[in-house]
Amino acid sequence: MDVFLDFLIAKFNYWIYVILMMIGLFAMIAKNNLIKKLVGMCIFQTAIILFYVSIGVKEDARIPILTGHEVPHGGHYHTEDHERPYIDAKTVTNPIPHVLMLTAIVVGVSTLGMALAIAQKVHLHYDSLEEDEILAKLQLGNND
Amino acid sequence: MIWSFDIIVLIFLVIAAVIALSVRDLLASSMVLGIYSFLICILWAEMGAVDVAFTEAAVGAGVSTVIMIATVFQTTRKSKD
Amino acid sequence: MKPMKLAALLTVIVTGGLLLFATSDLPDWGDPLSPANASDLSTYYIQDSRDVTEVPNLVTAVLADYRGYDTMFETVVIFVAGLGILSILGQGKCEEPLAQPVASEQNRERDMITIITCRLVVPIIQIFALYVIAHGHYSPGGGFQGGVMLGSSFILIALTSGLPDALKRMSQERAIFLAGLGVLIYAGTGLVCMALGRNFLDYEILHKLMGGTGVKARYDSMLIVEIGVAFTVMAIMFIIYAVLSSKGRMRGGL
Repeated sequence: MDVFLDFLIAKFNYWIYVILMMIGLFAMIAKNNLIKKLVGMCIFQTAIILFYVSIGVKEDARIPILTGHEVPHGGHYHTEDHERPYIDAKTVTNPIPHVLMLTAIVVGVSTLGMALAIAQKVHLHYDSLEEDEILAKLQLGNND
Repeated sequence: MIWSFDIIVLIFLVIAAVIALSVRDLLASSMVLGIYSFLICILWAEMGAVDVAFTEAAVGAGVSTVIMIATVFQTTRKSKD
Repeated sequence: MKPMKLAALLTVIVTGGLLLFATSDLPDWGDPLSPANASDLSTYYIQDSRDVTEVPNLVTAVLADYRGYDTMFETVVIFVAGLGILSILGQGKCEEPLAQPVASEQNRERDMITIITCRLVVPIIQIFALYVIAHGHYSPGGGFQGGVMLGSSFILIALTSGLPDALKRMSQERAIFLAGLGVLIYAGTGLVCMALGRNFLDYEILHKLMGGTGVKARYDSMLIVEIGVAFTVMAIMFIIYAVLSSKGRMRGGL
């Protein structure tokens, strides 16, 4: 039981990231409504961010804001006017995935806004957000 | 990291994602997406990514829900699937 | 539509199965010795970045200093997305007769309580947003978050008092100007570094202009860069809302 629980904890985040990503991908391919497709895109995007953030987690680590009370690693090194102990990198969460994903979220909302603008434009021209109705109207226009 | 909390929130996350995609009312779909964003925001705070959680709370749950609802208001509320 | 759904399901199952199979190779969740966590780069950021920049929040230090190019072009992406939304919907000819929302705009009674409450709340939101921008060196926050909060305070005005009221405070021209100014502040900081004989966005040399040491110059120029990001994000978030909530007509609205 313990072995199974350890295995579950070690991999559960990755399983959920795959499941969420596939839910988003399925919605983007198969859903008929344009807004639903965009909801799928949001879910896909957050799944990727979940993967990155999960990779940067360290057990029993602090958040990546230093307070001056970090666990020293042993040894000191000298800067211009003072000496500081090396921080044990195991005790601070990895900041790199956070940086990458922070900008991705804000860019994500601006691309979502762009997609919604295109959806509104489509609705303005074809008076519908359903893919099949838009396609039918497109074919009607071609026959004329 | 608190693993029990993590697992519970992740399960809620999948439920919220499925609901957001299966509801036929687009307004409800946008609102459930906002709930999804808040859930993933507390998940990130739990994983130690405080900056990402803050951004998600402001952007994902705030602005993107508002612009989604604005679009639903300007177009249509009904969806076939 | 049925065969499409079947094909999608098949694709999703195959891809998902392969990805689930691949998760067995990924390092355990929370493993401090996984390749990503024990890399030299992340160890360097954790151990050395505070001494080089004096910023305790590692995320801000990496975001605004080490990965300055990345953040600058993310800001440019946001700027371009705002311009794109304006050019898709903004100047579209308004052929369709103004639908019911705009007609009801005049005679819709707006609730006094929400308007007054939001008027009281908006300054508090804005002050907190400025705190988030300025205090990003020590606590979670920074240009992106503070900019979004500033933008959402204008969105709140638009939601309660109507879009024209918000556009009186932040017109379309002013928003585009602020968005461009933000990118200019960011890129200008980099160009000043180049003019002083260093690489683009190498802040250390700015101590010749600001005084103090090179470390202090990096600390200060990070704040300048965050302010530039905040300008762009604030203006573009408001533009996105204003365009989308009015179908590009810039009147009416929710």
